[in-house]
Parts: sequence; C-alpha cells; structure tokens
Amino acid sequence: MARLECPRDAYGRALLEAATQDSRIVALDADLSGSTMSRYVKENFPDRFFEMGIAEQNMVSVAAGLSLTGKIPFAHSFSVFIVGRAYDQIRQSIAVPKLNVKLVGSSYGLSDFGDGATHQSVEDVAIMRAVPNMTVIVPVDAVEVRQAVKAILEYHGPVYLRISRSPMPVITDCRDEFVIGKPRLVSEGKDIVVYANGLMVSAALKAKEMLEEQGVSLRVINVSSIKPLDAEAVRQLAHGVKGIITAEEHSIIGGLGCAISDIIGEALPLRRVGIADRFGQSASSHGELLEHYGLTPESIVEQAQELLG
Amino acid sequence: MQNRDLVYLQEKAKAIRLGILEAIGVNNKGHLGGSMSAADIVAALYFYKMNHSPNRRQDPDRDRFIFSKGHSALAQYAALAECGYFDKKELANTKKLGAILQGHPERDYTPGVECNTGSLGQGLSIGLGMALGGRLDGKNYKVYVILGDGELAEGQVWEAVTAASFYKADNLVAIIDHNKLQATGPIKKCFDTGNIGAKFSAFGWKTFEIDGHDMKSIVDILDEVDEVKGVPCAIIAHTVKGKGVSFAEGVPSFHNGELTAEQFEQAKLQISNM
Repeated sequence: MARLECPRDAYGRALLEAATQDSRIVALDADLSGSTMSRYVKENFPDRFFEMGIAEQNMVSVAAGLSLTGKIPFAHSFSVFIVGRAYDQIRQSIAVPKLNVKLVGSSYGLSDFGDGATHQSVEDVAIMRAVPNMTVIVPVDAVEVRQAVKAILEYHGPVYLRISRSPMPVITDCRDEFVIGKPRLVSEGKDIVVYANGLMVSAALKAKEMLEEQGVSLRVINVSSIKPLDAEAVRQLAHGVKGIITAEEHSIIGGLGCAISDIIGEALPLRRVGIADRFGQSASSHGELLEHYGLTPESIVEQAQELLG
Repeated sequence: MQNRDLVYLQEKAKAIRLGILEAIGVNNKGHLGGSMSAADIVAALYFYKMNHSPNRRQDPDRDRFIFSKGHSALAQYAALAECGYFDKKELANTKKLGAILQGHPERDYTPGVECNTGSLGQGLSIGLGMALGGRLDGKNYKVYVILGDGELAEGQVWEAVTAASFYKADNLVAIIDHNKLQATGPIKKCFDTGNIGAKFSAFGWKTFEIDGHDMKSIVDILDEVDEVKGVPCAIIAHTVKGKGVSFAEGVPSFHNGELTAEQFEQAKLQISNM
C-alpha cells in the first residue's frame, strides 16, 4: 500500500517554496487560505498575499491586473467557486488575453464530502477545458503537485490547477519528469488501457490487482494534464489493447472521458467511469461518496470484464 | 504629457470626437453615445494627465488607462491614434475582420490598450490589480478607470470598490461617465443605480463631482486627486450621451446606432464647429 500524503498541504508548501525563490509570485484567496493552503505564503510573505474577501469575481480580475504588472498571481478558492462564480472573469479578464494567472481550485470533486453539492465540483474540468488558451492540470498525488507547481511556473499563460482535499496515495516517482501535455504510464499491461487521473489512478491500480487473478492485464495511465493533451502519446499508449476505460472524479460529461474519446474516436470500444451527470451530496467520508457514485476499483473491474465480453 | 493649455485640450477632444465618427463610418453600427460622452475626459487623460508615450509602451512607470465600459473604446482608439500609437487610417477599419481595432478593447490587438474589457464590471478590479502591483514594486504610477453609470449595476464593481478601500489604493482613480442613459433607456427609469457619489463615499472613497465636458474642471480635478492620500478617489463626471452631435445627444438609440451619410456629414460639421 502506497503511503498517503495530503496534496493541498504539498501544494501550499510548494507555492511557498516557489514564492521564496521568485519574488514575482503573489497569492490571492477568497477567505479560504486555511483550506487551500495559500496561508503559507500569507504567513511568510504578507505583502505578497492578498486577502480578497468572499468575492471571487473581483479576486480573479485583480489577479489579471497583477499579472499585467509582471507578477505571477496564484488565485485560490474551492474548485466549485473559482470556476463557477468567476467564470466570466476567467474567460474575459484572463483567458482571452492569455494572461499569466494560475487559478487553483481546491477541494475538487467530492473531496469536501461533508459540505454537500454546493461545495463539490463535478463539472469544473469540463468548463475549463472548453475555454480557449486554458491549461488544465489534475495532479495524481503530492509528488506530482510539487512537479506541477514548478511546471506551470515555467509556462507563461493561464492554468487551472485542481487540488484535492483528501490525502492521496503517492504513486509518482519524483525522478520522473512531469511535462505539461504528456500522459504518464503508471503500470504496463496488455488487455485494457485505463486513462485515469486523481484518486482514480490508485483505483485503477487496485482494479489491476483484482483482475490479475482472472488473467486480465490492465495498463494504467495517469492523465494529469487534461489540456493540452498529447494526442499521439494517448494513441500510442492504447497500442495493442482491446478496449479503453476512462476514470475520473468528475462528471462523465466534458472531462477526461471526453478528452480521451475526442482522440480515440471509434477506433476502440471505450467505457467511462465517472459521476453520471449528477451533483454531489453530503456524506460522512470521501470514501463513502466515491463508493456511492461508483468511483471504485470494482467499477473499473466491471467495465473491463464487459469490454472483454 | 502635462500640457495644461485648455484650448489645446479642447482641440484634442474634438480630434477624438472626429476619430470616433471615422471609426463608426456610414451605415454601420457603432457605440457613438458613450464614446462621445467620455471624449473630453479621455482627452484630458491622454493629452494632459497621464505619463505615457507610444515610444515606451512597456515603461513600468507609465500611468495606466482602462476603459471598463469597453464599448466606448472608440474614444480610446481615437486618442491612441492621435497620440501616435498606430496610424489614424486604422480607425476606418474598426471592427473589420483582421483589424487591430476590435469591437471592444483587446490588448493583443491594439497598441496602447492595457487590458481586455467589454464584459462590464471587470475593469475596476483589473485596475486595482495594477494598482496593487505598482505599489508592491514601489512605483508611483496611477491607474485611471472609466466606468459607465449603467455599469454600476454589476455587483463586481462594488466588490472592487470595497477591496480598493480596504487596500487604501490611493493610486487608483475611478471616473464615472455619468451620462444617465443605458442601452435601453434612461437609467432613472430602466434600473436606477441611485446616488453614485453617496455610494462611493459610503464605501470609503474620496468622491468628487464635476461637469465632464468642462475641460478646466476635468484637469483641475485630475490634479486634485493626486493630493489625496490613503483612500481611492472617484470622480463622478456628469456628461451628455452623444455629446457634440445634436441629434444624438440624450437619444438612447445612439448607444449603438447607425449614421446615414447625411447624419455623418452633419455630425462632422457640428463637431468641427464645437
């Protein structure tokens, strides 16, 4: 069993480290710095932290203005609020002029399990994917969070970075290079390829173990970079398999499943594991919700068995 | 640029108004009303108050101008052309495919445009970001944002007004082009945004009211706000929508209207004789 590490804490520390090295970095938050972990910047560089109050739209446009003075703003809130509440500001103030603003959506998917549908994001990736000029990254674990923070800093342009609230198993080898746009092979296999991201990569690895007893071999790919996405690499990683499964903590509409389907077309049968066009709800744990919505290794096993007839 | 000669500035305002006409042309829809109402303020900013030059567009010390009511960009385009940011001939290509002058301001297309506006309510927030960035860098530049009075219905404006007050952004100046008309009619009847000055004051801003077509009042107030420390300033400029074109003044249909060839010539003549 892989060790667990908290990605939002890793994110906050990675941002602090980056801010220590690069004085252009500034952080903005809408009264959630204790949860998004932008608080580390707030505590260490109070001049470069901007509390914007519970006003996400203004925060996002202020970030645009800061970037126009050469700063590299990281604007934070929960995924559901930064994408939903400030959509037009993201589109008009940042994406159209391709400004160098990093939007950090924390507590994505069902990970804010207790707070219910209003605080859980099932459609944020679909929305951000559809915006021209936007890069969308969903790190798989704390190691990849650290790599992604570095990578998006080197990239000049708007980025949506999706960070989970839950501890996640560490599966990334820190020696492997993270490249925006490149899917990462996590585990080799020959029968079915699973393109997954976030916690669903671990679920796919678990499914792989479960299927091994039946002589079925899964190839597991971590698609942390949903947009851009290297189409040729995706096609190559599907080479030789009999079917494809996508797995994500997001609606089956518009997210990773669609991104892969856009590339693969009808070349191979494709099944999606995701949230079936529903909102979230409250529960006593993230795991309970993942199970309720079918975001489990068992769902992946089931889809694999159906694909192999 | 600091030329306080009022006649010179009035001539520049006239050149801007003629540029607006040039950009609209004949039998084309164009935002005449709100561009004309802001023309004198824009002239005072570009030809008197702001530290800027087409030869140092990236100068980190330059003053910034944002037309939050982006549909009135024609006034800014005309001013930028008059300043030499691009050839005046470009005005006639406004809104054509491939033109450097888009329907609403876009910084990637137009030299001298600082940021994108058009979706109303965002410019003051962007301006605040520029003001906070400038302060962080120890710069003394100012950020001037022109908002429409109808635009004040956007909730984000008041988020920005609150935040600017909280951050004591005395390098941010909001100028309200109070022409009393929104797209569908008089603001008082359509959607009354109330006592604008009282609202800004209540949010902690230093507030001024002027005649937005009186050049002396405009330049005086732009100098006066420099003396205000510790709070942001709002200038409520009382203006007439369509100012300078008699048949368009105060007429809602010229928010985004067309000019016949005859109207175009009439407008040109009236402005030339202003």
